[in-house]
Amino acid sequence: MEHLNIEGTPKTPTIKFDVVKGELLIRGRSIPENSIEFYKPLVDMLEAYTSKPLSNTKVDVQLEYFNTSSSKCILDIFKRLEVLNSNGSNVIINWHYEEDDEDMLEAGEDYQAIISVPFKMIQINEE
Amino acid sequence: MDLDIFDFYDKMEKNNIMLSFKGDITSELLTSILQIMESKMDTMEESPKIKKKVYNILVECLQNLYHHIDENPIASANGEKDKTAIFMIVKEGDKYSIITGNYMYNDSVSLMKGRLEKINAMSKDELKEYYKEVLNNGEMSEKGGGGLGMIDIARKSGKPLEFQFHPVDSKHSFFSLNINIAQ
Repeated sequence: MEHLNIEGTPKTPTIKFDVVKGELLIRGRSIPENSIEFYKPLVDMLEAYTSKPLSNTKVDVQLEYFNTSSSKCILDIFKRLEVLNSNGSNVIINWHYEEDDEDMLEAGEDYQAIISVPFKMIQINEE
Repeated sequence: MDLDIFDFYDKMEKNNIMLSFKGDITSELLTSILQIMESKMDTMEESPKIKKKVYNILVECLQNLYHHIDENPIASANGEKDKTAIFMIVKEGDKYSIITGNYMYNDSVSLMKGRLEKINAMSKDELKEYYKEVLNNGEMSEKGGGGLGMIDIARKSGKPLEFQFHPVDSKHSFFSLNINIAQ
């Protein structure tokens, strides 16, 4: 399986899925008009990875902005991680939010309440 | 032409309009508007908190327009396919407002009105629960939306959504939405 490497743009995040280390990173802005199309490569790859996963999978989500169109796609990804977690890979989701960004903290808590995967809130302190 | 451009300018100035646009809502336009607003707010040295709030709400408002505009009766009478809308960003003192206006079919008015009234009747906690319920209802529109936009706008703005439906003809109304953003 190849790594997934999507460069960020002003409207879409950087996505890096390292299948050798079992590490997924989603970082930046996620405000595309068509989120389903954007997230499809990641969804497909998660599906393939789930059939032969590593014993540990670490997911870091560090979003500055995301729109509601992305929020359902992000939930869809988290639900796939939930399946992965019960299929033999220990999944941890790290949800990064900037200090003062209550909306982003709350968004993380909303997901945490819906998904049963170990979920950690990590505050980024501004320099 | 009976348009007095000075009068127009003066009205915009007196009403503290930072930015306004009327026309086709395209993906490229949204990218540019968001970049302009971001650099304006940087120049004005707004706090990161306000910047994020305004930016987030603006994204939802503009994408609502992008996805949901019904055709404009004047353009369609001329045989054109046109999906235009208007929006303005107002800053009065340190309060931001975002105002949008677009045509809507009369058939959709009562559904929209009902949704907005339902949202406005909710407390902060109820909105949070409602958001989670809709987020997790498994319904996704073709592009990934799925009814969260207005709930998110209400949650993030912290103020009731002000709206009006202006009847235009037997088929169309003009829908205006005014979002005040709490500090």
